[in-house]
This record gives sequence, structure tokens and C-alpha cells, in this order.
Amino acid sequence: MKIKTISRSADNYVPVRNTQESSLPRNLNPALHPFERAREYTKALNATKLEKIFAQPFIGQLGDGHRDGIYSIAKNFDSINQVASGSGDGVIKYWDLTSRDEIISFKAHYGMVSGLVVTPKQHNMLSCGDDKTIKLWSVNSSDFDMSINDDELYDKKDNGLVKTFLGEHAFKGLDHHQDEELFITGGLSIQLWDMNRSNYISNLSWGADNINTVKFNKTETNLLASAGSDNSIVLYDIRTNSPIQKVVTNLRTNAISWNPMEAFNFASGGDDHNAYYWDMRNLKRSLNVYKDHVSSIMDLDFSPTGEELVTGSYDKTLRIFKTRQGHSRDIYHTKRMQRIHVVKFSTDARYILSGSDDYNIRLWRTVANDRAKIKSSRERAKMEYDNVLKERFKHMPEIKRIARHRHLPKTIKKAKEIKTVEINALKKREDNNRKHSKAGAVPYVPERQKHIRGTSIKDD
Amino acid sequence: MAVTGKMGSYDRPGTGKYERGNKKKLYSKDKKINAGLKKIDNQYKEAVRSAAGTDLLLQEDHGYLEAEGMEKTFKFQQKDIKNVVDESTIKKSFKLSLPDYGPYQIDYTRNGKELLIGGKKGHVASMDWRTGSLDCELHLNETVHAVKYLHNDQYFAVAQKKYVFIYDKTGLELHRLKQHIDCTKLEFLPYHFLLATAGNTGYLKYHDVSTGQLISEIRTKMGPTQSMKQNPWNGVMHLGHGNGSITLWSPSMPTPLVKLQNSRGAVRDLAIDREGKYMITGSNDKSMKLWDLRKFKVIDEYYSPTPVQSLDISDSGLVSTGWNTHVTVWKDMFKSKQKDPYMNHLLPSNKVERLKFVPFEDFLTVGSSKGVENLIVPGSGEANFDALELNPFETAKQRQQTEVRSLLNKLPSDTITLDPNVIGGIDKRAKAIRLKAGDLNEIITNKDDTVEINPNVKGKNSGLRKLLRKKTQNVIDERKLRIEKNLRLEKEARKRNKDIENGIEVEEDTLAPALSRFN
Repeated sequence: MKIKTISRSADNYVPVRNTQESSLPRNLNPALHPFERAREYTKALNATKLEKIFAQPFIGQLGDGHRDGIYSIAKNFDSINQVASGSGDGVIKYWDLTSRDEIISFKAHYGMVSGLVVTPKQHNMLSCGDDKTIKLWSVNSSDFDMSINDDELYDKKDNGLVKTFLGEHAFKGLDHHQDEELFITGGLSIQLWDMNRSNYISNLSWGADNINTVKFNKTETNLLASAGSDNSIVLYDIRTNSPIQKVVTNLRTNAISWNPMEAFNFASGGDDHNAYYWDMRNLKRSLNVYKDHVSSIMDLDFSPTGEELVTGSYDKTLRIFKTRQGHSRDIYHTKRMQRIHVVKFSTDARYILSGSDDYNIRLWRTVANDRAKIKSSRERAKMEYDNVLKERFKHMPEIKRIARHRHLPKTIKKAKEIKTVEINALKKREDNNRKHSKAGAVPYVPERQKHIRGTSIKDD
Repeated sequence: MAVTGKMGSYDRPGTGKYERGNKKKLYSKDKKINAGLKKIDNQYKEAVRSAAGTDLLLQEDHGYLEAEGMEKTFKFQQKDIKNVVDESTIKKSFKLSLPDYGPYQIDYTRNGKELLIGGKKGHVASMDWRTGSLDCELHLNETVHAVKYLHNDQYFAVAQKKYVFIYDKTGLELHRLKQHIDCTKLEFLPYHFLLATAGNTGYLKYHDVSTGQLISEIRTKMGPTQSMKQNPWNGVMHLGHGNGSITLWSPSMPTPLVKLQNSRGAVRDLAIDREGKYMITGSNDKSMKLWDLRKFKVIDEYYSPTPVQSLDISDSGLVSTGWNTHVTVWKDMFKSKQKDPYMNHLLPSNKVERLKFVPFEDFLTVGSSKGVENLIVPGSGEANFDALELNPFETAKQRQQTEVRSLLNKLPSDTITLDPNVIGGIDKRAKAIRLKAGDLNEIITNKDDTVEINPNVKGKNSGLRKLLRKKTQNVIDERKLRIEKNLRLEKEARKRNKDIENGIEVEEDTLAPALSRFN
């Protein structure tokens, strides 16, 4: 007779001391895990509910804000906790995000600050304004008097000023070259400046219209894009000192952001409530359309990974889009926040900054239920497991409903309803038109092409 | 089937048992969807492969009993086996001689740590059977039909003469379930926290023990229920009836999911294996049938000299049958028709009442008319338990945490279907028949719930009754409870009105609300 029975030694399973962890042997045989699918679904449902419970996107505002609406925010790309902001009364401020306090403020311009950038190497602030000047400001505390308070700010104008460039027209939009000492300004014409010269070195204008925004490509550093009031987006190459190509859209483009990871792609947002994703090699159609806003998009910014896009709108909300999806994954709003003029991702992608008409710069979490504290490995494992479950069961009706639900301000909701009705009416009209015309006379135009009037390539 | 991982890693044998679902390759005309499907397929393959890799980490080996030469395994007696097995196994075997209160019903906790015995004449005891320490012992002075542990060893249910009672570990009576009348069979669905009862009334009732709500009561219309077991794989309840038929039930359906004609005689007992693939039934016509539950077909038929009293299937697929004073254990029954049993045991002048394999151990416990004993059956238990699922060595802290976690992940009762993986699957029906997301909401939230109490309604057909009729009879939900309560209030109000009319003085409720529940 050959015989053996299960004989487990308790020593292997029961801890000897109470400080010891008890061993938890696993057996992954599915026969030992009945109702696997149903249990995972329940876990996914619970995780989705918890995610909603812990969703707290708003962190707070930076310091006491400005004394006028905020129209520009600039990131310091070499740090994760420093940003600059400029407001409508000509004041620029430099902020420390960790303490959410300002480091220094300067009265930079008469009238509003229309462009602001933190220079890449020296980390100085470069600002331009309606007063036809571009000014370079030091942020090193040895260069200026720290003791000036807010009341004296408007009188002491030379504090911290490094350099002034005088222009011929009011400026609109400013960006600095990633590597070289060059910067570009918009306005009546688009001009390239050298940091060491007092006058601009070339004028890149194509056509005769105002330029509202200019953006250097951070990867392919000699390329830049501009958007103007003639509803056009123009691409330039500064090596040849000339524009390359142009696309004209139906409505004005307010903001441009280059994808930091895919150098040839950029996004634009404009007055038609939509943002578009473009491939600069083919401007005949856009790669993606981001719909959801109910008013003009005033600014947009890519996350450092290029996976997400944040847009700030005139409808007083900001939305976060996944680059490859057409509708927003989240919407942020508060009762007090007014029209948003500028949004930026923080350089570590975990936070979003928004500047609005109500003089405040607000700090938001990119993921609403995310928390900054250090997580234990068990917490992290649970979170990762929950995320996988949520992803797996995201199409289940109950989970979808809970995950998608957002509270919207009444005005937005109403505006959305009205917009749907209007769009449906237009569609219906077009359909009717098509039905009653000769076959092929009213062609179907893809949504990704509808907003494009035409493109042109510069040939010399 | 051996699965090769990505990146050219080697094949790994033994992946078969970790595979799930059908292997049919899904294909779509959409390139993007296809890419996604391919990705998921690769992930699945990698998961199966790495699961098979964990085989190396399993700590224990399965037991076995093999005959050498002319020996036959069914000739080995318990005393022969005790001579050769190790000391710890001998220590675990026990025999309780309880001739006065039998026959005994038995139940184990799901992790096999505690044993609950219930003598017909009212003797109930819960104990840690390995150490022999008694948790509680009760003399109920009332017939005991069935005993059942709930989700852990802290609570157990006893089907007594008229009602079902719930006791805690110390033997304190916690609840009398007055809706469950004349029950003889108890089952507990651990993942749904449902206590199922059936008995002489022919009703199958589901009670949620976490909220205390009766989830559903189903009239089987088949007379007294002869036997009841749950399918541990999908939670479907299998009921055996006097006319030899077997019906399969889920709490959300008023009619049986499946009806099987098993035998000509009453179905005395049945058992289902842990993966829900096979069912074995024993009936009054002395036949024992092996069903394939995937096809609902009889595979094999066996006969016993007298009708089978009790059946059980172990985790490793051994089938034990108790008939008269004999216990017979069969091996490999699901693979082929067996000529000889695996093991035999005789209880002299002591009829077998209930058989139960001990979870995660190589033992079979026999509740009989003169006591409870446990037999060594090598190879019957699952050697490697999963501690995050069921842990025989769990501490009090772990038990508490598991309880909380399982309550958080409690499954709704409508997940009990024949196919447990239907949730999260694809609805393959035509688009026109399928429910849309919006429809679901409409079904759940009926608008006509708000009906005022109107004591002036005279006839039998009140608005509330109409609402009550609309819903399927057996489903008891919050709405139904609300309507019933309103009906009751209406009735009381009517009576009060009538009393006032007839000049009978209406008693005021003089007691404070806190005490009023005692009058």
C-alpha cells in the first residue's frame, strides 16, 4: 500500500511571533475562485464609486492673485514648481508652487501684459505688452529690492529690470527659442528678435494681419506656429527666415500648443468652441476634433507626455481631453471662476494652472481623485488593480453612467442643450438639402475637414 | 496546451487548468478593434503563462492511496490506513459517540476549521474539530432538520421544528426567521450572503443575511423538497423532488431555470462538484446518476443495494455515497464508468445520515444515527489553499478583515445565472431586442411608486393591490415592502374608522414609541 495524506505543518502557516506576518499562500487555479467575473465587476463598480467620492480637483489659488484679470502664464521648464504670470494691469509675478506664494512682482507695462515667457537658460522673465515694449526681468533676488510692497509697486518701475526692447507696434504673443538667444513676437507683424540686439532681426509676416499667438516648437526648435486674426494658422522656419505653409479655418484660432512628444503635431483651439489636433505635414485635414466646450477656447496646453490636453474656455470651465479621444474626460469649474484666459499643465503633469478674469490663478489636480501623499506599496497595488478593473469594465452600463456623470453649472447645461438643438437643425437642413439635390451635389464633408477653408504652401 | 509567451520565451506546460472561456478567436472587420483584440489576446496568453509559472510555488502535495500487487484500495480498512499514515493525520481523526440525540446533520465552515453537528432530537454543537475545543453546545428540545454555517464560524443557522434560527458562536439565539416555516434543507451562498431554505412547504426562500431582507420566495409547486444543494460555481440552487425530478433555481426567476427528470423514485440527495460541471444524484429507486451539467445529460448510472441517503463530492472530485450503514467512496467517476469503488467503510448497526468531505483535508466526516466520526480518505482534499480566498489557518484579525472585504464585494442576487461569466460579456442578441443603457434605468426606477394611503377604498381592488400584482410575485424588494406596509396601514385605518362609526372606543397608544414594540 502506498499512501500519503495532506499534512500541513502549522509552523509553515502560523507566525511564530506576533510581529511576524502570517504567510498567505496563493493558488491561482480558477476552480478555487468561483464568480471571478462577477466579483471583479463588483470591485470595479465600487472602485468607480470611490473614485467619484474622492474626486476633489480644486486645490487652491496662488497667493492673493493679481489686481486684474490674468492673461498669460509662463512655465519655467527647468523646474517643477515655478511659474510666472502676467495680468491686465501690466504686473507680472513669479510664483513658487510649493508654498503657493509669490516670489516677486514687477509692474512691467502700461496696459496689459500680452505675452510672457521664462527664458530657458537664465530663467529671466521676458514680457511684452500693449505699450510697444518688450522687457527682460531678473528673478534672482540679488538683482532687485525685495522690500517693495504691493502699494509701491506701481511707482518703482525699474526694480529688477534687465533690458528693454522698443518695438514699432503693440505686441501680442511672445515665445522664446528653446536653445538659442532668440525670441519671436506677434502683433501687427511677426518679428524675430535676438536677445543681444536692440532691434528685431527679421520680419516673417505673410499677409497683412494681426498675429495673436506665436509658439516655438520645443523639439524641432527652429519651427514655430502662429495664429492670426485672419483665421489662419501659419508655420515658419527661422532657418530660412520665412513662412512655410498656412491653413485658413472658418473661425479665429486663439491658442496653439505643440505636442511635446510628437514634434510634428500640434493642437489649436478657437472661436468655434472646438479644439483641433493637426499634423503639420498635412494641414488639409486635422487628426482629431475635441468637442464639448460651449464657448470659445481661449487657451490650451499639452501635458508633458503629450497624452492629454487641457483647454480653458470663455464658458468659465476648463476641460481635460485625452489626445486620442474626441470628448473630454473631465470638466473643472467653480462657482466663482470667471472666463478662463490661460491654462497650463505643470511640468510634472500632475497639476493644472488656470488664470481667469476674476484675478485668480487656480491650481487643479490633473486627476481629480489623485492625492500627493506618498503611498504604501499596498495602497499602490490596490490603486493599480482598481485602475485595471475600471478599464476592463468601463463599458458596463452602470459603471459607465457613474464614471461619466459630471455636475455641470446650469448655464453650461442649458447652453449645451441649445447647442445640440442648433447643430441638429443644421444637420437636418443639410440632409434635406442633400435629399433634394442631384446625387453628389452636396457632398459629405468629414468633421475633421469641415472647419478648414483652405491651405497654401509658400513658394519663393 | 502549451503557451508561448511574447519575446520568444519558452513554452510552459500545464497551462490548461488556468485557461478560461472559449478559445474561439474573435475577429472584427475594424482594424483598430482587431489590434485591440490582439493585444487583449496576448495579455491573456501572458497571464495564463505566468499563472502556470506559479505552479512551482505550491507548497503541498496531494494525498493518494495506491494498491500494490494483488491489493485493492477498497479492501483497505480504516485501521489499516491508521497503521501507516503519519501521526498528525491520526491525531485529526475522531469519533464522537452520541447515541442519544441522533441521527446527526453536519456542516463545516468554508475553510474547514470548525464543525457544526445537529442531532435530530435537538442537540447542536459547534466545535474546532482539530483541537477538540467546543464553541457551544445547545439542547434545543426541538427537532433539528438541518444545520448550516453562514459566511464564517461566527454564525450558524439551524432549521428547527417550525422556524429557522440563527445562532452566534457562543450559542446565543440571534434571530428567528419567521418567514421560513417548516424547513428541512439549508444552503448558504457565501458570495451573495444568501441563506436559502426549502422544506415541506415546497417553497424555496432566499434571505439576505447581511441586510436581513427576504430576497425572494419561490413556490416550486412540486410538493415537499426532498433534497437541496447549491452549485458552488454559479450559485444556482438544485432541488430534488418527490417525483424524481430535479429543478434548478435562481432567486430572480419565478420559474425553474432548468427541469430535469432524474429518476422514477424521489431524489434523496444530490451533489455538485466545485466547478459546476458534474452532478451526482441518488434516488429512491436505488439508482445513482451522474449528470453533465454543461449538456444536462446523464453520463453514467450506478446502483446501490439500498437507496442512497447522502452524497458529497470532494474538491479533488472523489464522490462519497452513504447508503444504509455503508460509506462508499468513488474515484475518477467523472472520467469513466467505474467498476470498483475507491474506498469502503462500514458503520456497524449505525445508519449513515449525512456525509461531508472536510475542506482542504483528506477526511470524510460521517454524521450517523449514533454519532459523528471522520474517516481518512487520502486524496480527497485540495492540498493548496488560496489564503486570500479561504484560509484554514486564519487569525481572528484576518477573519474580520475578510468579512468586511467580502461584504464590500457582496454580489447582488441577480448575478445568479446558469453562466456565471455572463456579466461583462457581449449581448449577442439582435440589436432590436437588446436593452439599451437608458432602458435599464427605466426598468429600475418606476415612476408610479408614489401612491397615497387611502383608507376609504372599500373593494378588494385598491391601487396598491394593483401595483402589488404588477410585479412578479416572488421578488421582494423595497418597493414591495413599502406597498405592503401601506396596505397594512390602510387596513388599520379602515378598521379604526369602522370602530369609530360603531361607537367602539379606539385604544390610544399609551406607551412610548420605544416600548410600543413590546405590545
